[in-house]
Formats: sequence, C-alpha cells, structure tokens
Amino acid sequence: MPIEFPKDKFPGSVRTVTLGATAASGGSRAFTVTVGGEKNLPFLHFESTPPHPAVLAVEIKDSRPGDWSPMLMAAWGEAANDPVSWAKAVEALGVRLLVLALSPVDEAGKPATPAKAVQTVKSILAATGMPLVVFGPGQADLDNELLVAISEASKGERLALGICEDSNYRTIVATAMANGHVVCARTPMDVNLSKQLNILISDMGMGSDSILMDPSTAAVGYGIEYGYSVMERLRLAALQGDAMTQAPIIVTPGFEAWKTKEAKVGGPESGVPAAWGDWAGRAVAWETLTAVSLLEAGADILVVRHPETVRRVQQTIDALMTVPSLV
Amino acid sequence: MPLSGIQIYKLLPMTNCKECGFPTCLAFAMKLAAKQVELAACPYVSETSKAQLAESAAPPVRLVTLKSTSQEFATGNEVVLFRHEKTFYRRPGLFIRLRDDEPVEQLKAKAAQAEKYAVAYVGMDLKVDGLALESVSGNPAAFAAAVKAVRETCQRPLVLVSQDPAVLASGLDALDANERPLLCGANASNWEALANLAKARKSPLAVSAANLDALAELTEKIKGKGVEDLVLNPNGKSPSEALAHNTLIRRLAIKKNFRALGFPILAFTGGEKVDALDEAIAAAQGITKYAGIIIIDHFQPEVIYPLLVLRQNIYTDPQKPIQVNPGLYDINSPGPESPVLVTTNFSITYFSVANEVEGSGAKAWLLVVDAEGMSVLTAWAAGKFDAERIGKSLKTFKVDEKVTRKRLVLPGHVAVLSGEVEETCPGWEIRVGPREAVDIPAFMKNVL
Repeated sequence: MPIEFPKDKFPGSVRTVTLGATAASGGSRAFTVTVGGEKNLPFLHFESTPPHPAVLAVEIKDSRPGDWSPMLMAAWGEAANDPVSWAKAVEALGVRLLVLALSPVDEAGKPATPAKAVQTVKSILAATGMPLVVFGPGQADLDNELLVAISEASKGERLALGICEDSNYRTIVATAMANGHVVCARTPMDVNLSKQLNILISDMGMGSDSILMDPSTAAVGYGIEYGYSVMERLRLAALQGDAMTQAPIIVTPGFEAWKTKEAKVGGPESGVPAAWGDWAGRAVAWETLTAVSLLEAGADILVVRHPETVRRVQQTIDALMTVPSLV
Repeated sequence: MPLSGIQIYKLLPMTNCKECGFPTCLAFAMKLAAKQVELAACPYVSETSKAQLAESAAPPVRLVTLKSTSQEFATGNEVVLFRHEKTFYRRPGLFIRLRDDEPVEQLKAKAAQAEKYAVAYVGMDLKVDGLALESVSGNPAAFAAAVKAVRETCQRPLVLVSQDPAVLASGLDALDANERPLLCGANASNWEALANLAKARKSPLAVSAANLDALAELTEKIKGKGVEDLVLNPNGKSPSEALAHNTLIRRLAIKKNFRALGFPILAFTGGEKVDALDEAIAAAQGITKYAGIIIIDHFQPEVIYPLLVLRQNIYTDPQKPIQVNPGLYDINSPGPESPVLVTTNFSITYFSVANEVEGSGAKAWLLVVDAEGMSVLTAWAAGKFDAERIGKSLKTFKVDEKVTRKRLVLPGHVAVLSGEVEETCPGWEIRVGPREAVDIPAFMKNVL
C-alpha cells in the first residue's frame, strides 16, 4: 500500500522582495533579483517548489582589505585592489548579487567620507549590472552619514541598505523609503528581537516588500547552532502566519567563516594542529559548510567571500532546486 | 495513539522495585512516554501489558547499535524534527569507506589513520566513528582478508558492504564472534538470505529499495523474519531527493508513529566525480537533516574537521548551552607584564574572544568569569556579571600571582562597570576594551 506522505500545509508564506531596478523601472541594473515567497520549509518539493531559489551574494570591500585571510586575497588577486575591478571579477563568476561593505577609514587611514562612498557606489553601478547591497562600516553615526548620501545618490536603484540595527534603524529606513531602497534589519540571534525590529521598521511605514532580515549567525564551531535554530524558528513562525517574521532571511556566512582561526591561519609555521588538514581546503570548507547549513535552515540570501565557495554553494542550490522523483 | 505516562503506569507492576534503573514505576512510565527508554528494562511487566505497551513504548526511531569488541556506536532514539523542540540526541556516525580491492598495506594505513584521528574542539577530542568496508571484488576470501587487515590497525565498529550473503558471511567469520557490524545491505532480491544472516549473527541490517513504499514493505518482511535492528538506506540520487527522503522518514516516524520506517537513516556521500568538498556538503546536509550514519569516501582532515564540529554543534542540547570552565586562560604564552582580559563563560563569547586574542598574536591572560553561561550583555543585564563576580574571580584564580603589572581589561559593553571594579579590585588599573571581539586585535596592538 502506498504511504501517504505527511505534508505540512501552512497558512503563511515568506514575503517576496526584489532587489535592483532595471532602466524600465527607474534604475540602471541589467537584471533584478527576487527572493522569498516560500510556502514551506526549504526545498521540500513534495509539498511545493520554492518560487525563487536562494541567492548567493559576494561581499567586496571599498578598498583592498588589510585584514582578510591571505587565502581570500590570493583568490581575488589584483582584482581586489580596486572595488570596480573586484565587482567585475565577481560578476564574471556569474554571481547575481553584489555586497559592498564600506570601511570606516580609507587605505591611507583617513575617515571615510560620503563623497568618496557615493563615488565608489556610482562607479560600481556604472561598471556592472548586478543589483547591489551596501553595508555601512558598522558604526552608527558613520553608517548614517554614508548610507544616506549613497541612498540619495542612487535613488531608484533599489539597493539594499544595511545594517539596520536597534540603535540606528530610523535614519536608514527613512532614507530607504524616500529613495526606493530595501533595508537589511539585523538583530542578535533571538527570534523576539528579530520580530521587534521588524515591527519598529514596519511602524515607520516601510513596506513588507522592502525588508530583509538578518537574524545573525555564526560560523561552524562558533555558535552556528544558535543562528541555525533561530532561523528555523523564524521560518516556522513565518509559515504559521506571523507577519513580523515573514521577511526573507539574509545571512553572512562569509564574514563569519573568514574571521575564524580555521580560515585565517595555516601553513607549516602557524602551529595549527595537523588534524586541521590543508589550509586552503579547510578555509573554503569552513565557509562552504557554514553556508550550506544555513541554506538548509532557510536562508534566502547567503553572502560569501571566496570564488570556490560561490561555485560549490551555487551547485548545491541548483541541486536542491531540482525536483526529485520520489516514486 | 501513544499512551500518556499515567496510562502506561497503570500497566506496569507498580512495585517500585527500581530494577529498571528508575526510583519508581511512575518515573519509568514517564520515561517510556517520552520514548527515552525501552520497556525491556522492566523485568516484571506482564505479557498482556507488554503487548499493550509495545506500540506505545518503543521509540519512534529505533536505537540501533554497532559493536566492535571494544567500542560501540549507537544511532536512533530521536524524538523531534527540529532541534529547538527538544534536542537531537545521537550524533550521526561518520564512517570512512574502504574497498577490498585496495592493497592490504594501504587498507591498514587508511584504517590506522581513521583510528588515530582526533581533533580538539571546545575541550573535547572529536573522532570518526568507524569504517565501512565494501566488497568490490565479490570474492568472499578477498573480503575476509580485507576485514582482517583493517582490524589489525583499527578497532572501531564496522559497516560491511556487499549484497552477496556469502561475502558478508565470510566478512563476519573474519571478525570476533562478539562483533556486531552493520550489514549493508538487503534489497528486494537478497533480503531473505541477508535477514537470515543478520538474525544468526545478531547484527543490524541496512535495507534499501527503489522508493519509500518499497522500503517500508521490505522492512516489514524482514521484521517478519525476526530482525528488528534495521537501518534505512533510501539511496537518494540527488541532494533534493535525499532531503525529501530523510524528512519524510523522520516525519512518518515521529508524527505518525509509522513503524515500518522507524529506523535510523544511512547515507553514502561518495561516488564517481565526487570530491572531498562535495562529499562534505552532502554530509553537512545529512548532519542537519536526519541522517544517522554517514559513509564518506574521502578521509581528508580539512573536511572531516569541520564536519565533526558541525555535528557537535547541531547535536548540542539547546537547553544546555555549552559553557567553558571559569578560570584564568593563558593565550600566546603570556608573562607577568601581559594584560588580563575579562569575559564570561558563555561558549560563543569565550571562543570569540579567545580566538581573536590568539589570532592577534598578542600575549594575554583571559579571565573567564562564571556568569552562568551567559554572554556579556545578557549576563550584565541579569546581574550575573558585575564588579563583585569579577573581583571574586580575580581572587579565586589567584591572578595577582601571575602578573606584576596589574591591568584589567573589561569588555566595552560593560564600560559602565569600570568605577565599581576599580573600588572592588584595589591596585588594578582598569581599562575598557572594545565592545566586539573582532576589534580586539586592533585594541591589543594600538591601545594596550
């Protein structure tokens, strides 16, 4: 007798958010990227196929980073000397979403200025066709200063601006609303905090089609289980109909994995245990396995750093999006 | 319908004899209701009660144990679909696949590598669980020779892989009679012979079939032959198929109490044109999504290490976050002039801070205060991380015997405590560090 498959039927679904705008809709992007819309838990095709695959985004900096792992710098080579050539190298991999992470100071150690940040964004937009996510340096005042200028100068491009936190969301949300952008709302690994920030942002009048949420995560070995479970709980709450948990989820496995010792340190002089294995392989594995685990937990956008991770995780997304035969 | 603890209690002898290992029949009944013990632990339960309880008492995912002469690996007994609902109990086994057509010396060397491999993580030594030896030759004598070879250098539990009962019997004969390797495996055509073999040798049996319907039919037939310790090999051809199989099997077991698929799940991650990282990706999916035994071809430390750690993380009890022991930790061989950095004993906090200090190359002492396993901000808000506790830790761990230059660095998030700490810890120079661990290297370099 055939088994009756136990299927979940949820009343709610994840909101759909589109990043980037083409010329037809007031921007200059070659294409747009849409995420969200899931009606069930990740990749369970026997219930329903996700309307949009999870999207890989690659993070670049506005100047050649001095504190990134040598493995990453070797992978990007000279392209990373300049944000425009770096962005082009990312696009050449077939990546469909770019994340520009701004630094608090420039290469010469001078504080970042709105004019310079705007110029960087403008030149990346001019040189590439990918929709763009811009993260501020992570210092509330400076973030506001830079992101407002970028938001205004890129009106209509439908950037995603981040990072909105409890302390600084007002300014970023206001400028995103005024200029047609999306915001990334980040909270520290707690379902209720995620909900609360979404409520605060929604209360300002931001549409649910313009909010991404980053519930924070951590790399394998550094607390991934907390982020993993928060993501699963948020997704279940969203599907059960809680509107304030229905934003698509953006996570940063690249940032998390590449600050671990496992990714940053290696080689014969480093003194790391032999049981850690080959450095290059380990570093990419750390980022890839962090990303894949978060994908299984419901990530809609995964921000990574290494070209090989891009290849592996994209392959995994493609494979998971393939409808299997269960008969 | 599963019975409640009270309903089960009424079917037990109610003598409180304690022989089951629990203080009262009621306590045992509650454990039965939670499907955390087996009814067999009660020696006095009546046959009538047994029959009534059998359905309710068995765990939804059967516990299956593989044994060598010295070690055991057990999988199963899971009770939830999501770790936040309770916890995942038994970490999926990582078994390394070897083949009987490899030269004997190579087999010995690979088995020895698996035996010796251990990697330190959060104060634990993480290891692989065993070997899966596959008959490629189809020759019983060659298989027996390979079994003997790996047993020379590795004592972990085994999975014997062949569809041929004669080959498996030969492999079993090469092992100590007390071993209980997993026989892998039975299918629609050989199941009878393999069921007989598994029964005779009291060994668990892996079962595969074309789809879940056929798999359920086959496990029922094999159970009819008296073999209960089964492992399911749903044999997914792609990641999305494996995810669907594993999810359906676990849902049927947990939500529907569907006995025919109430067994641990086996996954092979290797294959042609599959490299170490591809395998690791498949294994990571297995770890997050319900696999009980994962059989890996590539034994490469750079992927085994993150997999062992991921497995540890996903199978950590969410109700009991791992804490580190409070104490004074030395990082990069500090001396009497090195600064003392303060943090809490929440595992993530500790490892973020320790990792950053270590990565910076700077010498430092790390004073880990008992904040009941909470992060800096949470602990401070809950009153578990204050001047008093910091002062007490300084004394308990005799920090002043280690340093001559008394510099204490507080986390930036609790800068507000610095005045109080100054009063509580006379003679110490109090500094305020960065709020986030990631900024520690710059702080150590530029400020200290």
